[in-house]
Amino acid sequence: MKGSEAIIKSLQDQGVDVVFGYPGGVLLPLYDELYDSDLKHILVRHEQCAAHAADGYARASGKVGVCIGTSGPGATNLVTGIATAHMDSSPILAIAGQVATGLIGRDAFQEVDTLGLTMPITKHNFQAMHADEIPGIIKSSFYIANTGRPGPVAIDLPKDVQEEEFDYKNDFQIDLPGYKPTKKGHPLQIKKASNLILNSKKPVILAGGGVIISESSDELMELSKVINAPVTTTLMGKGSFSEDHPLSIGMLGMHGRKVANMMVDECDCLIVIGCRFSDRTTGKVDEFAPNAKIIQIDVDPAEIGKNVSIDVPIVGDAKIVMSSLIKAIEKLKQKKQSGSSSKWTKYISDFKINCTPRLSYEDVPLKPQQVIKEIRNTLDDETIVTTDVGQNQMWMAHYFTTKIPRTFLSSGGLGTMGFGFPAAMGAKVALPENDVVAVCGDGGFLMVSQDLATIKEYDIPVVICVLDNRYLGMVAQWQKLFYNKRISHTRLGEVPDFVKLAEAYGVKGERVKKPGEMEETLKSALKSGEPTLIDVVIDPDEILPMVPPGCGITEIVGEYKVEREVPGEIPYRAPHIGEDGD
Amino acid sequence: MDEKRIHVISALVLNKPGVLQRVAGLFTRRGFNIDNITVGASEQENMARMTIISHGDENVLEQIIKQLNKLIDVVKVRDLDPENTVKRELCLIKISTSSEKVRSEIIQYANIFRGRIIDVSPETLTVEITGAPEKIEALIDLLQGFGIKQIARTGATAISRGMVE
Repeated sequence: MKGSEAIIKSLQDQGVDVVFGYPGGVLLPLYDELYDSDLKHILVRHEQCAAHAADGYARASGKVGVCIGTSGPGATNLVTGIATAHMDSSPILAIAGQVATGLIGRDAFQEVDTLGLTMPITKHNFQAMHADEIPGIIKSSFYIANTGRPGPVAIDLPKDVQEEEFDYKNDFQIDLPGYKPTKKGHPLQIKKASNLILNSKKPVILAGGGVIISESSDELMELSKVINAPVTTTLMGKGSFSEDHPLSIGMLGMHGRKVANMMVDECDCLIVIGCRFSDRTTGKVDEFAPNAKIIQIDVDPAEIGKNVSIDVPIVGDAKIVMSSLIKAIEKLKQKKQSGSSSKWTKYISDFKINCTPRLSYEDVPLKPQQVIKEIRNTLDDETIVTTDVGQNQMWMAHYFTTKIPRTFLSSGGLGTMGFGFPAAMGAKVALPENDVVAVCGDGGFLMVSQDLATIKEYDIPVVICVLDNRYLGMVAQWQKLFYNKRISHTRLGEVPDFVKLAEAYGVKGERVKKPGEMEETLKSALKSGEPTLIDVVIDPDEILPMVPPGCGITEIVGEYKVEREVPGEIPYRAPHIGEDGD
Repeated sequence: MDEKRIHVISALVLNKPGVLQRVAGLFTRRGFNIDNITVGASEQENMARMTIISHGDENVLEQIIKQLNKLIDVVKVRDLDPENTVKRELCLIKISTSSEKVRSEIIQYANIFRGRIIDVSPETLTVEITGAPEKIEALIDLLQGFGIKQIARTGATAISRGMVE
């Protein structure tokens, strides 16, 4: 069997039905093999989109997404997408072509050190020097990518290795003596944690992306009920706990909900699950959850205590650890320990009502809050929403109610502009039955707009909503707030006409300018089953209240507009809870 | 401030191309210090042992060990207890020797330090010495006055005492 054939066979053995790629000189043998293969290949228009699409595919489905690029520039174009997946623990496999083994190191045409480049941004990477290594490498890659804490794996694949013949035997074993992810939590730690939780009066749960990855939303819901604790999430954890549930207090952090930031500041026990304490989540670390004992559950031991010091660490899979924790707590509860009371949850729900953000605006140009409200009203709960990076992302994170895991996909760690649209493409390919909507800014979308060609050619009916304010809005927001309103190079100007841009690719283009139009346009776009771009003209002056960098998360600047007509004084601190022994 | 100290980390790694780069890259990216690093074959087939000497407080050490453990090619990592560890280093020192008198002085010093003369030329003498890094420092200090032309040190390697792992 030839190396190139072995690649395709090995991918299919792992259950891969689609790959996103872009061919090139050194990939000719592989693409020649693809010509006869039933493995579906989607030709993107830029390798970065192949990586983001594989990432979107992985985040939406939980399966490993596969992308392919050629050597040199193909590999470097994949790099941004691989790093994006790495920061958000998304399982993708990136296959990059390489010059023939005899040419490696001679600065051959389109040669780059892919192994060196991807080393710090992958969970692991391989270079196949002989064809007979390919089946083992691909099998190991899938195992590494999607077990423990998931992450990207890259394979460097020289041209001659693809052409080399070898005897294919189906007897290769995964041999990774240095890789043994911990699954079960340590019983002693679980006991310590359950005692701590039951001795607290004001517990809060912080759920991160790890809850979604380990598919443990049910356990999370049960835990929050059993211990009477509200749940806040990180950006990556959005969807792990239904945001319309009474115990949900929304996203935490720099652009978090006021109620979440205040309650984390106030709580006496913070249970953190599958979260790496990003600076965007914690704000100033020294002032993070100052009154709380912190319990951290994470599958990656290196995350314990990396950024925030932890009182009770539990290393293990979130699903398994939470089940054990719930059992341990229920056992203790039968004895007599009381834990949190309804007084705490009542206090929180009152607080929450008092600072529910205002979404309804009649203004023209449109307020993003109104647009997001209309998007929410239109979509069913299973619709997968992707965001780009910047204001669009934080508006969506803040205002959009997410109810189901894997339906809110966003580049959290790397903050990659241009992620939203190709990720939506990948998600739609993974789950064609679900509606998929990309909410982008005009800046980020323009970084990847060439892939309108891909969704047209392959008929991938995603709807792209471009929140169009003609600014690189987030940077402009910081310039307005912290740099004396000096708007340096963040104004994007009047071009392009997004409707015409879409039409140039044969994609339907619509424009929305007034309240009410978004709902109508989005509804008919989804109904049409055609790829559509909606240019949403929004108010360039709208900014999101935020916590300035380096401040504690209670120090929110900007007016926090709430739903009530006359917001009363929002009470803060509930000293009575826990002090009178209830 | 947390107390900073020298740590001796012993790591069993797969003997494959690129492993040193993975480890070194990790130290660079995470801002950890490497004072010295030695690599060589181990008692197990296909595995090498790396001895890394680093300094930092306890939190830094904990992160180094955890991050090293995350590397797929790293099989086992230990922070060796300084009380129960023997450290040795090999050093070659080339010295200019102008006269017979100087030569015999150098040979005497080398003998005291249990060093050996491994090369002689009309203008130079080369001394080989092994021992704890402090001992090597001491000999280098002594020989400094004669005009050292070149020093080549391996960096320390280390192993735990007795049955301590």
